[in-house]
Amino acid sequence: MEPVISVKGLNKTYSSGFQALKHIDLTIHRGEIFALLGPNGAGKTTLISIICGIVNASQGEVTVAGYDIVRDYRKARSTIGLVPQELTSNMFDTVLATVHLSRGLFGKAPDKAHIERVLRELSLWNKRNDKIMNLSGGMKRRVLIAKALAHEPDVLFLDEPTAGVDVELRRDMWNMVRRLREQGVTIILTTHYIEEAEEMADRIGVINRGEIVLVEDKAALMRKLGTKQLSIQLQEPLTQLPASLAKYGVQLVQDGHAVVYTFDAQCEHTGLADLLRALGEEGLEVKDLHSSQSSLEDIFVGLVHDEVRPETSAGAQLDIQSGGRA
Amino acid sequence: MNLYGIRALYLSELSRMWRTLFQSIASPVISTSLYFIVFGAAIGSRMQEIDGVSYGAFIIPGLIMLMLLNESISNASFGIYMPKFTGTIYEVLSAPLSPVEIVVGYVGAAATKSVLLGILILLTARLFVDYEILHPVWMFGFLVLTAVTFSLFGFIIGVWADGFEKLQIVPMMIVTPLAFLGGSFYSISMLPPMWQTITLFNPVVYLISGFRWSFYGVADVHIGVSLGMTLVFLTICLAIVWVIFRTGYKLKP
Repeated sequence: MEPVISVKGLNKTYSSGFQALKHIDLTIHRGEIFALLGPNGAGKTTLISIICGIVNASQGEVTVAGYDIVRDYRKARSTIGLVPQELTSNMFDTVLATVHLSRGLFGKAPDKAHIERVLRELSLWNKRNDKIMNLSGGMKRRVLIAKALAHEPDVLFLDEPTAGVDVELRRDMWNMVRRLREQGVTIILTTHYIEEAEEMADRIGVINRGEIVLVEDKAALMRKLGTKQLSIQLQEPLTQLPASLAKYGVQLVQDGHAVVYTFDAQCEHTGLADLLRALGEEGLEVKDLHSSQSSLEDIFVGLVHDEVRPETSAGAQLDIQSGGRA
Repeated sequence: MNLYGIRALYLSELSRMWRTLFQSIASPVISTSLYFIVFGAAIGSRMQEIDGVSYGAFIIPGLIMLMLLNESISNASFGIYMPKFTGTIYEVLSAPLSPVEIVVGYVGAAATKSVLLGILILLTARLFVDYEILHPVWMFGFLVLTAVTFSLFGFIIGVWADGFEKLQIVPMMIVTPLAFLGGSFYSISMLPPMWQTITLFNPVVYLISGFRWSFYGVADVHIGVSLGMTLVFLTICLAIVWVIFRTGYKLKP
């Protein structure tokens, strides 16, 4: 797939000494919806700000549509639209004026038809002559999106677009994002709502403490989500796994007090009945049964809260296997 | 060059003036009128002519300069400070605009307002006193040059300021005193010799002197020196703005 954004070895240390980004490597493919997940302060906004030209990088290279963001900043920035996290716009301007301003700033000739299309799509056309200060929070958010789309960008950054937004607007926004993708726009959204990433993204990246800890296809992640685990607590501990159980691929855990069986819940033949039968044949008494499924949230929580383990993709894989939500 | 971008930024900044028409135009015009009534009509009638010019007419160039300096600084500093303060600066920084284009947009709009205001004060003065302009082209040149220079200065203050207090402090504590002591209301030849020498360290003296020369052909210092000093100050401001963009100082972390 053709890369549209390529980030290589990106570091950012603020003048306060705070290292916001640590050697970020990331490729965004043209036309995809990429969700960047991470807790507050993980570096999501810093990463976006560097790509968009609002913050200077300390080290590393970024290209957008093949253009270096420093050397060819004009061409790189022309292709980008940014919807910032904060609701910042000139409160005294009208909706129409501020959206026209955005188009102009990005070097595009005035195009009333395009602006009208954008405003209509975002249900802002009726409010076009209203001052922004008189709009509700949700409407202000739409104005920011309209501003970002005013110059017909190829790449759209949505920095926490649905933070503090009601359900209806969230749905509207998701629909809009899908429509934009159909038009060939690449979308990078940051969020800390896992649900949003699950709903929208083609690929998911997790960032924590300035490091990318996981980048994976959502589909692949979802397949892992389909994996369930059955934990069987035994009355008497085992010192060794009997061969009749080992063939099912079960693992002995908790010093022999339990065995864990991993299976595909979507599969027709899960092997559960056979396994339970084998347990009975071995004369093992079962104290308790507990089945669990990994969710994206578990992966995420595991990744960002585990401070000891080196944060690598391999670590992420481990977590998927061991994560548990009943 | 991003001409659409410059145009959009410039017009958007100018539109701020129309929104705050009273604050931007009416209040400087009113305060200048007060000066004319007090110093021109009331006190001026009892003053003798200075360098062959009636006192009311003599103070016109100085008063215009006083307003021009204050308005250029406050317009330009406010123009860049507000987006920094509210966060809307993100859009200008993320737009395909070069530093020069950003400065042309912000400073150009602030200077345009100041020049318009200067002309408006000139017209207002006509209601109170008769005056002539010997060198109208030079007069306009000085007006524009001073407006641009001090708008750049205001831009620097706006970038530097991290609170409204700082935004006010330089115009109030430095520029107004310098303008008052720079010969707005008197010729520096009226001062004792020691104060004349000290006054020559005040950069505003050169602005007012040059501007007054363009009106009446009389000046405290040679016109060439006035022009030279204005250009020096312009160059210093340009250099500081260059450093601001080079280092990202308070604009781009």
